[in-house]
Amino acid sequence: MTKTLITRRSVLAGTGALLAAPSIRPSMAQSAPIRIGVLHSLSGTMAISETALRDTVLMMVEYQNSRGGLLGRRLEAVVVDPASNWPLFAEKARELLQVHKVDVTFGCWTSVSRKSVLPVFEELNGMLFYPVQYEGEEESRNIFYTGAAPNQQAIPAVEYLMSADGGDAKRIALLGTDYVYPRTTNRILRGFLNSKGIADADIMEEYTPFGHSDWQGIVARVKRFAAEGKKTAIVSTINGDANIPFYRELGNQGIKAEEIPCVAFSVGEEELAGIDTRPLVGHLAAWNYFMSVQSPANTRFLELWRAYIRNPRRVTNDPMEATYTGFSMWAQAVAQAGTTAVDAVRTAVIGQKFDAPAGYTEEMLPNHHLSKPVMIGEVQADGQFNIVWKTQNAVPAENWSQFIPENANRRRG
Amino acid sequence: MRRIAILLLVLLAPLAGHAQDAFEAALAGLGGGFAQQAEAAERLGMLGDPRAVPILRALSDGRLLRAGDGALLVREGDRNTFALTGAAAEISGAEPVRINNRVRAALRGALGRLSLVSPDQAERLAAAEAVFRSRAAENIPLLEAALARENVARIRERMELALAASRLAAGDEAAKRAGIAELGASASTEARAVLLESRAAAPALAAEIDAAVTAIDRRLAIRHAAETFFQGLSLGSVLLLAALGLAVTFGVMGVINMAHGEFVMLGAYTTFVMQEALRGIPALAPWSLPLSVPAAFLVAAACGAVLERGLIRHLYGRPLETLLLTFGVGMMIQQAVRLGFGAQNREVTSPPWMQGTLELAFGVTVTQNRLWILVFSLLVLGLTVAAIHLTRFGLEMRAVTQNRRIAAAMGIRTGRVDAFTFAFGSGIAGIAGVALSQIDNVSPNLGSGYIIDSFMVVVFGGVGSLAGTLVGAMSLGVVNKVLEPYAGVVLAKVFVLVAIMLFIQRRPRGLFALRGRAAEQ
Repeated sequence: MTKTLITRRSVLAGTGALLAAPSIRPSMAQSAPIRIGVLHSLSGTMAISETALRDTVLMMVEYQNSRGGLLGRRLEAVVVDPASNWPLFAEKARELLQVHKVDVTFGCWTSVSRKSVLPVFEELNGMLFYPVQYEGEEESRNIFYTGAAPNQQAIPAVEYLMSADGGDAKRIALLGTDYVYPRTTNRILRGFLNSKGIADADIMEEYTPFGHSDWQGIVARVKRFAAEGKKTAIVSTINGDANIPFYRELGNQGIKAEEIPCVAFSVGEEELAGIDTRPLVGHLAAWNYFMSVQSPANTRFLELWRAYIRNPRRVTNDPMEATYTGFSMWAQAVAQAGTTAVDAVRTAVIGQKFDAPAGYTEEMLPNHHLSKPVMIGEVQADGQFNIVWKTQNAVPAENWSQFIPENANRRRG
Repeated sequence: MRRIAILLLVLLAPLAGHAQDAFEAALAGLGGGFAQQAEAAERLGMLGDPRAVPILRALSDGRLLRAGDGALLVREGDRNTFALTGAAAEISGAEPVRINNRVRAALRGALGRLSLVSPDQAERLAAAEAVFRSRAAENIPLLEAALARENVARIRERMELALAASRLAAGDEAAKRAGIAELGASASTEARAVLLESRAAAPALAAEIDAAVTAIDRRLAIRHAAETFFQGLSLGSVLLLAALGLAVTFGVMGVINMAHGEFVMLGAYTTFVMQEALRGIPALAPWSLPLSVPAAFLVAAACGAVLERGLIRHLYGRPLETLLLTFGVGMMIQQAVRLGFGAQNREVTSPPWMQGTLELAFGVTVTQNRLWILVFSLLVLGLTVAAIHLTRFGLEMRAVTQNRRIAAAMGIRTGRVDAFTFAFGSGIAGIAGVALSQIDNVSPNLGSGYIIDSFMVVVFGGVGSLAGTLVGAMSLGVVNKVLEPYAGVVLAKVFVLVAIMLFIQRRPRGLFALRGRAAEQ
């Protein structure tokens, strides 16, 4: 397994910043740098999504250094590649904490990789910022979750489908990839739908392996499921590149968004970048940020990203925004605590507020999750999303879902 | 209620001499909020003014713009016209009007009403479809008039269904009954949905509706069975394509080639390269997919020949070493492609004739891409059989397979035949990659998803038998698809694997046992 200690570009940029501003921060070069661990898959099935998150962290390190670093110290990224291999995530996390002695780590995409590194971060008292929407049911003192909990994505999306604007859906097909995130999310959604008076007979649930490509049977069954005289919608927790043949089959079998809309929780701008979206116009995605958001903070974010990546075709998406927000909050907390020591920074991170690109002020809550706005976007022909619905305010995260019966006795975050 | 109110409005409007104003007023609503837009589209549909058609169509295609002062413009190519007057507009900074699914449904209904008598057949068909979906009693006279002058059978059929659905939405009992009877005589899933939807609203007619639904279900059962069978054949055709090359290299030569999947992947990437290379040549661009077939064959065959001459021939008779070696080579090819093309998936576009569905007899619909791949797989099988049984190369290949020494004594250069056979099998894998690029993601790990399935098909069908490969692939495909609705995708595959294991226990040589180099061991 190869590992890269910081990319060439960020070294150049970092040195550039040092050379350009030696008089401003003379102490910066002398003291030991603050080390930032980057734990994202750069090869294997998840590389498609996670590579952009590595780029986002490196962009933030470069940006922070150009502003004079933190506490008068330079920031240095330590990039490792866990290669979409879940046990390797734990080994790499240990390497980051024990060998490279990183002060904070940004990483993981799939829930299974996060579950794999969690004991390592707890044992060695590290700090991980996890930037992806997930199924909840977790709260570690060593992890900050900057993506959405189910009440900030899945439930509002289904509520939208059941509203007049979303098409008054009365029957729901839950399609997902076969692993912990889709199964837990669908369990929560089933509880929610039952509480709204939708019987189990009106819910269809199917799972497929990672990378599934033969969708003809499932899509045909969804069509039949929709012929019961009740408005039907699809809720997709399909992950990774299986989405492409899935959407192609929806198009080929003539499923129109105005007949059977499909709302996805893991399809964003980055995933749509490689496909012809014209047959998909009108299908939906629920996130807490879209690249098409109009806000001054998003304009700054996009400018920063374009200046760093220098490729006009590269897009931004929700987990990138969550990485950006998480990094900014961590930097604020370090500045406030005056140290990078994990325990001091943890106390300081809670309560941090940040004007996020989503256009709302987000706050880190005591349950280590964020308050975030919820947005529903419709796919457009150019691969971007047209925001058709969003919440008035940022919604606080409920990581322990009230729709899972076992959580009845838990404290609410 | 709203529809009736609008109808009254429409009926009264000409009396008051406000037709012009009604059109103008409704048009303005298209620039408003989603609810307002939907209502405006419905009103424009009811007004029946043909001027609305291009405007509604522009809105549905995202070509309707709103200028700073609220005026609506239609974009045609690179020039804009005012929606209301049709005069050319020189306004910059106009933003496209956005819509949501609710507006889209209203637009489709309105456009359907307005284009029921369009001179264009495709438009009339789409209109009949749209009116069927919007099903309103007000559409009855329109549909009756359109039916009276319609003479295309397919469109008539859709219009009659639309009429039946609209009658079901009408107020009076007799019309409703007529609608139920007509819908019940069809074999359409949509008709079934419409009937069940109206069931709650008309408890008095519940018994009749149930009878009609049962009648539809009887007809649909046969169609669903046919469609499931086709899906099974389609899955079988994919398995057949993936396994055919292996049937030659493993079945005939006895080489366990774990890099087989990577040759499939190379074929898919060749398709991508051809598509990009021919993009600049307009005359050839539409033919990039058919032209990829020989190209992919050559690329994969060349790689196969190099692999056989360079490495595998030194390891004949040592299956474990061959397995490990080809496994390693497979990983190297994968990584090389990842370095050359990047880890991101590459997009291979489908030509128009491979998109959408095709309606066969009795309303059985199949997706075009799957149908073409089924035809293509049989064609490739036919060509392979012909190459083995009708050409001199095939004769030599069979001779070497049956008895290497005697073949050599007859003057056949066995080493060269080995190389050609391996290259031939690899080339077929490349061709499979062209087909798979249409239904799967073109990524460096494309091939690894098919290698197990390919071995499964070859072993199940009988090592060394092409007929066995065909029957094996198709029966596995059909069994898989028949089980899928009951067991789910993951479990269905597990069941099939268990069934194959049990079968191999009883018949270790597979369905069609043949004599060959592999069988002699």
